[in-house]
Amino acid sequence: MIVLSSIVKRYAMGDEIVMALAGVDLFIDRNEYVALIGPSGSGKSTLMNLLGCLDSPTEGTYMLNGRDTSGMNDNELAQVRNREIGFVFQSFHLLPRMTVLQNVMQPLVYRGIPSEERRRLATESLAKVGLGDRMGHLPNQLSGGQRQRVAVARALVGSPSILLADEPTGNLDSRTSAEIMALFDALHAQGQTVVVVTHEPDIAAHCHRTIRVNDGLIVEDTRRIAPAGTH
Amino acid sequence: MSAFLEAFRAALISLAGHRMRSFLTTLGILIGTASVIAVVSLMQGFSDSIKNQFSNLGGNALTLRAVNDNENFQTGKLNTITFDDVDVLRYRLQGVKEVAPIMVVNAAGASYNGRTALPQVQATTADYSAVNNRYPEFGRFLVDSDDKGHRRVAVIGTELRDNLKMPENPVGEYFTIGGEWFKVVGVMEKQGEILGFSQDNYAVIPFDVGRAMMGNNTDHNIAATFTVDGLDQVAAVRDRAKRAIRQSRGIPAGKDDDFKIEAADSFLKQFSEITATATAVLAGIVGISLLVGGIGIMNIMLVSVTERTREIGILKALGATRRDILIQFLLEAGLLALLGGLIGIALGFAIAFTVTALVPGMPQASVPLWAVFSAAGFSALVGVVFGIMPASKAAGLDPIEALRYE
Repeated sequence: MIVLSSIVKRYAMGDEIVMALAGVDLFIDRNEYVALIGPSGSGKSTLMNLLGCLDSPTEGTYMLNGRDTSGMNDNELAQVRNREIGFVFQSFHLLPRMTVLQNVMQPLVYRGIPSEERRRLATESLAKVGLGDRMGHLPNQLSGGQRQRVAVARALVGSPSILLADEPTGNLDSRTSAEIMALFDALHAQGQTVVVVTHEPDIAAHCHRTIRVNDGLIVEDTRRIAPAGTH
Repeated sequence: MSAFLEAFRAALISLAGHRMRSFLTTLGILIGTASVIAVVSLMQGFSDSIKNQFSNLGGNALTLRAVNDNENFQTGKLNTITFDDVDVLRYRLQGVKEVAPIMVVNAAGASYNGRTALPQVQATTADYSAVNNRYPEFGRFLVDSDDKGHRRVAVIGTELRDNLKMPENPVGEYFTIGGEWFKVVGVMEKQGEILGFSQDNYAVIPFDVGRAMMGNNTDHNIAATFTVDGLDQVAAVRDRAKRAIRQSRGIPAGKDDDFKIEAADSFLKQFSEITATATAVLAGIVGISLLVGGIGIMNIMLVSVTERTREIGILKALGATRRDILIQFLLEAGLLALLGGLIGIALGFAIAFTVTALVPGMPQASVPLWAVFSAAGFSALVGVVFGIMPASKAAGLDPIEALRYE
C-alpha cells in the first residue's frame, strides 16, 4: 500500500534548480495493476525512483505499508528496497558473471538468508517464470525474453509488496513483449501489486489503472477495471 | 557470516573473471613477498649454521676478557687480562676443568721456503682443543708438555698451510713465525668461512712460548675460555672466579670490575643482534615494495569500480547497503593481494632452495614460519588498506546514477 502526500522533488542541474515533481498525491492499494505513463522529462522516472526507494523526496511524505520512508537514511532505504520492492529494468540488469540461479539468489544474500534456503526460493521463483531448466546458464547464453524473465524471477524471489517495472518491454520484440506482459497479468491475478512505467499505450492497456504524469504533476488517473478483490 | 561468505564468493568470481589483469595487478606484491621470503630463508639458513658452530662451545664454557671504557681508549691505558689472571684460573681455582687462554701474538708474519703469509697467531694451552671442540686433521694438537717444555711447535689451519704451499700433510715441516723457527705438529680441521672470512688462516703455539715471544710487552690481548666441571656449577664457579680475579688484579672493594666473565653464548647474542638489524633493514625494503604493490592494486581497483558502476547500481537496487558493497570490494582487494602474497611465498621458497642447491658451500635455506605468516598477513593487509579508497568510492555511489551509467 502506497500513500504519497504532497511529494516535491527538486534538484540542481548546474546552476538551475529543476522541479521534477511539483506536489504529487497518490494512493495505490494492494494488488493494483498500475501503468505510469508520460513523455520524457515529465517526472515519470523521478516518481518511479521515489516509489522504488532509490531516492528520497525533497518535501512530502511517502508511506509504504504504513512506514514513513521520507526520512530514512541510505541503509534503511536499502533494506526497504530489499524487502518491499522488486525491480525489473528495461535492459534487464542481470549480473553478467553470475549464473541465472545466482542472479536470482542475490537479493536474498542481503537479507541474511542461509544458502540452502536461498537456493530453494530462487528455484521456486525461476519455476514460476518458466525457466526452471536454465538455472546454470549465464545471462549471455539466454535470449532477451528469457533474460527479462530471469529479472522478474529475481524481483519476485523476496516476495516484495510491489513489483516495479521500468519499461520492461523496451528492449524486446512484440512477441516477447506480449509474453512478458502475460506474465505480469498472471502475477497480478495471483495477488501481486504491479506498477509498470511505460510510454507504449498497448503495454499500458494491460493495466487496470493508468496514471499520466506531466510537468511534475499527475494530470490523469483512470481506472478501467475495479481492483481485484472488489469485483 | 553468510553475507561475508557471499561477498568472498563474489570477490573470487570477479577476480577469476579477469585472470590476467588480476595477476598483473598483484605482481608487485608477488615480487615483494618472493624476494623477502628468499632473502629471509637464506639468511636464516646462514644464521642456523653459524649458531651450530657456536653451540660447539658448549653451555659450560665461560670466557674471561678485559673491559675498557671510552676513557681507557682515549688515554691509551687499556685494561688487559694478565698472565697472573690466567694463572689464577689455571692453578688456584676449584671447579675449573679446562682452561684455554688465548693470546693473540702480534706482528708475527709466517714464512716457509721463501713464501710468507700473515696468519692469526694464537698462543694457547692443550685444553683449547677440548674447550672449543676443534680437533686436528693431521698430526696432533698441543699437549701439556709442549707448554711446560717451551717447545717451539705449532698447529696450523688449512688455509695457512695452503698459503705457504706446504705439503698436504705438513707434519714435521719447519717454518718461522716472527722470525723464530717452529715445527708443525698438526693441521686443524677446516672451519670454512664466516661472513666471507676464512677461519683457517691461523697458527696455534704453546701459551708459554707465546708469552716468551711477547717478552715484557704488556700490550697483549688475552681472553681465557674455561670450562666448568658441571653445568650446575657454572654460576658458582663464575662468582668464585670473579672474586679471585678481583683480588689478583688488586681491585679495591666498591670499584667496578675491569673485566668480564661471560658465557660463550654471548657471541650468539651479538650475532643475533646483527641478524636482527639486517632483518629490520630488509623489512623496510619490503615495506616499500609492498607500498608500491598496494598503489598498483588501488589503481586497478579504482578502474574496476568505474567499470562496474552499473553492476554496483544493480546490487544497490537489490538492497545491498553501503557496507555490503564496501565489504565486497575490500575483500576483493585483500584477496587479490593475498593471492599475490601466497604465490610470492611459493616463488621465494623456490628461489631460496634453488640458490642453495646451485651455490656450493651455501648453508641449507630454512624458511621461518613467522616469515610465511607475516608475509601472507601483510600482503592481505596492504590489499585491504589500499582497497579502502576504491571500496568507499563504490559504496558511496548513488544508485540512480549508477544504474544509468553506460
